[in-house]
Amino acid sequence: MTEELDHGRTGVTHGSRIDAYVDRYAARATGMVASEIRALFAVASRPEVVSLGSGMPYITALPLDVVGELVADLVARQGTVALQYGGGLGDEALREQICTVMSIEGIESVPDDIMVTVGSQQALDLITRIFIDPGDIVLSEGPSYAGALGTFAAYQAKVVHIAMDDQGIIPEALAQTIYALRAAGSRMKFLYTIPTFQNPSGVTLNEVRRLQVLEICQRAGLLVVEDNPYGLLGFEREPLRAMRASNPEGVVYLGSFSKTLAPGFRVGWALAPRPILDKLVLAMESAVLSHSAFTQLAVREYLRTQPWREQIKAFRELYRERRDAMLGALDVQMPDGCAWTKPGGGFFVWMTLPEGLNSKAMLPQAIDKRVAYVPGTGFYADGGGTRHMRLSYCYPQPDRIREGVRRLAGVIEEELRTRDTFGTGMVPGHGGVDTPGPDLA
Amino acid sequence: MSDLGHVLILAGGLSYEREVSLRSGRRVAEVLRAAGVDVETRDTDASLVPSVLADPPDAAFVTLHGGAGEDGAIRSVLELLGIPYVGAAPDACRVAFEKPTAKAVVRSWGLNTPDSVALPKETFHDLGASAVLGRIVDQLGLPLFVKPSRGGSALGASIVRSAEELPAAMVGCFAYGDTALIEKYIEGVEVSVSVVDLGDGPIALPPVEIVPVGGVYDYAARYTAGHTEFFAPARLTDDVTQACLAMAVAAHSALGLRDLSRTDLIVDEAGKPWFLEVNVAPGMTETSLLPMAAEADGRDLGMLCKGLLEIATARR
Repeated sequence: MTEELDHGRTGVTHGSRIDAYVDRYAARATGMVASEIRALFAVASRPEVVSLGSGMPYITALPLDVVGELVADLVARQGTVALQYGGGLGDEALREQICTVMSIEGIESVPDDIMVTVGSQQALDLITRIFIDPGDIVLSEGPSYAGALGTFAAYQAKVVHIAMDDQGIIPEALAQTIYALRAAGSRMKFLYTIPTFQNPSGVTLNEVRRLQVLEICQRAGLLVVEDNPYGLLGFEREPLRAMRASNPEGVVYLGSFSKTLAPGFRVGWALAPRPILDKLVLAMESAVLSHSAFTQLAVREYLRTQPWREQIKAFRELYRERRDAMLGALDVQMPDGCAWTKPGGGFFVWMTLPEGLNSKAMLPQAIDKRVAYVPGTGFYADGGGTRHMRLSYCYPQPDRIREGVRRLAGVIEEELRTRDTFGTGMVPGHGGVDTPGPDLA
Repeated sequence: MSDLGHVLILAGGLSYEREVSLRSGRRVAEVLRAAGVDVETRDTDASLVPSVLADPPDAAFVTLHGGAGEDGAIRSVLELLGIPYVGAAPDACRVAFEKPTAKAVVRSWGLNTPDSVALPKETFHDLGASAVLGRIVDQLGLPLFVKPSRGGSALGASIVRSAEELPAAMVGCFAYGDTALIEKYIEGVEVSVSVVDLGDGPIALPPVEIVPVGGVYDYAARYTAGHTEFFAPARLTDDVTQACLAMAVAAHSALGLRDLSRTDLIVDEAGKPWFLEVNVAPGMTETSLLPMAAEADGRDLGMLCKGLLEIATARR
């Protein structure tokens, strides 16, 4: 500490970086940093804040006493199986029931085509694990589900977004992108899509386009990963035919009980062509050894003993009322220049702000006015989405939704004033994660 | 257990720094428990006052950052409830939390602080942004540092190196508050000096030098372990160190603070320290500066917090 440097400093060269292993982390951990947006969501969890950001299903509507008895009975009568290791593809009786659930969307399958996973999120993780080398390309809608983008980033995939409109992916845009990427020698591995009541847009890929997208991908030899957590939660019509129903060999289908029953069980599944399924089983074993037998059997017993179709219908009615509350409030409250999607099911509305507004930069003001949403940037891997936000209607009661939209409209009005005063421009920002944690996403 | 009785740690709140506050609260609870103190951590919500009235704690440790935690509001409530607490009284908090006011006070005590101007958003709405911003650049020069007049953790703060960047910096700042402090940016070494008073007058702990790996000490650099390199004590010559320590103690006294504070300053090329701001509820997380300074001084953080609680209860 004797050598004198500039600024009156001495010559000590190493300080503390708090984390002794800071130089040892893998490159894929580089983006795992503290984030302002996550910090703001810590406030959004308070009851004073109307959270239009939460994607949590409204499980209060479940007959929790019945589920409780069912779980207790499961342990008492079948505890030696339920509390033991599971294995392989998962409980066979549950997989039979999953076949029945999928048949509602026109899918013909047998239990041996299915592997039960820890929510569909694990299925997505395993699919990415077995297909993606660093730098490989995944195609997805723009915007797309933030949890999927996080998984793709963790495996160092490059995501290329495909433009969509209010009818879902634009087939011409998909074809052009594939052509351009192929011409550039890029390694494309699969198209990831949520074709029905998409997260975050609420948009549904129409029936004609489903076939067009499948055909384009088939011609390109590109696998389609169809993620379908909301398919049974339509408000106006019978469930659409799943993409997988039209092309069993070209589609991996991901399903989940998180929205039709409860996310706490963490039971989802993958329906995949056999060679892919074989690799998924091995990947599953290396990841978690086996799925929880306990939660699989709990879901199995629920499906076996309870009127689950009626419960889904009850959820549909509940979410439809909330969707109507949100769309009605948006119509009345939002200033000129705002536009939004009109979902026919699922949980989300995707809003576009007037030119020059930035949803991420606006979030602190929204939190200050006690309303929260998820900024659009969380749903793009390429920095897009600054003028967009995801609004959820699944969790708050209708009157809270209306109040939340009222507060949000006030925030947008004020932001428009600020825009008019200072003009438009890039607001200085920081890197990091733009979406809330799983309890809010 | 210690004879401090039951201690309430207040953490969370509704400010933008809620997450940091929760982390600070957990850390203080942990070190106080290790020091044998009976602690309970609580958020500040509608159940706080009824529960305190029903079962009054013997003292409180406020680890609320930003908003009500630092502007004196919660401390006023604690006084109404008759609960002794660690830290400055409400009036002093109010002055210290308003950065422009705090700067004016320390300047009147002869301390160096960068030239600045504080303006509410309404002024720009009323007078037009471009004319006012142009005058600011003419008067203060470039680069500038723009930050909300209240709050911390670098939320809404940015460096402006060209006049063209200023409007966007103002918009980013006004996202976090209605009044902006636009300050002449001093290039130099970022240093933080914590001050504690355990009954014998305020003393400064060793200065901590902050070297963000990415060059900017923003939110991510502050709260992601590994993203900032800290030198405790700072790599400063003895006379510069003494100047920094004296500045922190002087700011603590000038602003009428008590028990603990943390002064953030910058040392310019000539080795001259400049006062930037003071914190009346300094961060206590694993990456926070006061705990680092305490460790550099050979102090156990739990015993330090316990000592501060003893001072607070003696004021009862």
